[in-house]
Amino acid sequence: MSEVKKIATRDSYGAALVELGKSNPDLVVLDADLSAATKTGIFKKAFPDRFINAGIAEGNMMSVAAGLATTGKTVFASSFAMFAAGRAFEQVRNSIGYPHLNVKIGATHAGISVGEDGATHQCCEDIALMRSIPGMTILNPADDTEARKAVFAAAALDGPVYLRLGRLAVPVLFDKDYPFAVGKGVQLVAGNDVTIVATGLLVAEALIAAEQLKNEGISARVIDMATIKPIDRDILVAAAGETGAIVTAEEHNVIGGLGSAVTEVICETVPVPVLRVGVMDTFGKSGPAKELLPLFGLCAANIAAKAKDAIRAKH
Amino acid sequence: MDAATKKQLEIAATRIRMAVIEGTYHAKSGHPGGSLSIADTLSYLYFSEMRIRPEQPDWEDRDRFVLSKGHAAPALYGALAVRGFFSEELIPTLRHIGSVLQGHPDMKHIPGVDMSTGSLGQGVSAAAGMALGAKLSDKAFRVYTILGDGELEEGQVWEAAMFAAHKKLDNLCVIVDNNDLQIDGSLDEVNSPYPIPEKFAAFGFHVIEIPAHDFDRIEAAFAEARQVKGRPTAIIQKSIKGKGVDFMENQVGWHGKAPNDEEYAKAMTALRATLAAVSEGEV
Repeated sequence: MSEVKKIATRDSYGAALVELGKSNPDLVVLDADLSAATKTGIFKKAFPDRFINAGIAEGNMMSVAAGLATTGKTVFASSFAMFAAGRAFEQVRNSIGYPHLNVKIGATHAGISVGEDGATHQCCEDIALMRSIPGMTILNPADDTEARKAVFAAAALDGPVYLRLGRLAVPVLFDKDYPFAVGKGVQLVAGNDVTIVATGLLVAEALIAAEQLKNEGISARVIDMATIKPIDRDILVAAAGETGAIVTAEEHNVIGGLGSAVTEVICETVPVPVLRVGVMDTFGKSGPAKELLPLFGLCAANIAAKAKDAIRAKH
Repeated sequence: MDAATKKQLEIAATRIRMAVIEGTYHAKSGHPGGSLSIADTLSYLYFSEMRIRPEQPDWEDRDRFVLSKGHAAPALYGALAVRGFFSEELIPTLRHIGSVLQGHPDMKHIPGVDMSTGSLGQGVSAAAGMALGAKLSDKAFRVYTILGDGELEEGQVWEAAMFAAHKKLDNLCVIVDNNDLQIDGSLDEVNSPYPIPEKFAAFGFHVIEIPAHDFDRIEAAFAEARQVKGRPTAIIQKSIKGKGVDFMENQVGWHGKAPNDEEYAKAMTALRATLAAVSEGEV
């Protein structure tokens, strides 16, 4: 079996910004002294005049981004998820969200897969925070292809977008014809016994879990939910009706993230068992990302186990 | 400044003050003290300094104004109404359900409001972003923002100051309304941001200190700011909280309290008298 190609979505982000910069002269990219890590440094190299380093001051950066957007610029403001969504939450809410300005927040290093830096930098609360802001679009791409498409889609949208990106290199799952659209989940695998709704790097694990379940005679549907807000209600309602059980999988606290978003829809429409795979309301810790993910249950084995539990919970 | 110009600015400032009293009285809430202290500055900005088109509020080459001390919205709404961005009849709808005049400035619904503000410290950053946008687009517009002196206690103000100076935003003019009072008391009692001019100078600003209620000095300060190259300007204006309504002047209690019926009548009588006095000799 040939080696699967792996690319971190932060690398996809940097590369896509350069592509976007070629066709969009109004694109301006801001960073808060992390351009080497967020990969906006690639854009800086290509378009030095349209790259602004705001220094280690994320709150100011977000409000500056808002001011820039009022002058007709398409602004991407980048930092780690912890500081973009966490530290600067109130600036994102009041300077960007309330006036619904054209600022795209490129938040890298989301989740446990930050690895060795540990809990202070492993943001598992950002989706919850951003979901609570009216009018905020949240995109959490699963691979290189989807991340690049998400950057272009974010730029084309009128209004604020939160792009959730990762540090860890993850398998390239999709080719360039992959039908990514904001607000649409994509069914990757057909199935009738249970549905796995995954986002970000857990989409790859969900595909492995579905394969394992298939070997045990269980037919699992897999949905890639790259847009967490607005959530694709139609695909969820259909999945609940047709498979009768759902498992969500995300690299985020089970409180407030994809699991919550899916549960809210299902409880209000077609109530069926929903089990959540995610960070179980705890802080992260230091270690290699590849070892941390299974330690926190963010892996195919746990998704498959939860899928069986969900099926058992059906009557 | 010639007498006719000064008279026009005094009339506008008085009408702005009347709008502050009118608005907060009908809203039964709001912030009259810090609104009255910036009325003269807003009069000068909207009737002399800024290149704006009331009939075309989103004109892309207009000068921008950001009220970083967003709680002084009654004064901004007064200035916009008196300047013709919208009808003065809207003023008594301040803070009412169904009115566009939100408690704090809302750029999405109020003609002439360039930035939504209210959370202290953020407006000055947004103003810096606008000034940077002008530079990136080779546009000549200037950006003005008024901060409260208590607002200087927000760390973001200094993040913004560092940014504006480092990016050489000489098209940005920051005005600090130094009325020396914040909600809980005098600045020195709460958490002093003094010395203010020295702090802005240390951050790389060109600093000008003026009395806030003197149009000749205001005019000179803004003229000087326009000549400064390579760095932003901070105008520190020593103002009187509640200026123009004698029983509100220098009273911390008028930071965030609306006048009652009696106080409203008294304030409006005084301001009408002021308006008559400054209008004297008009044809």
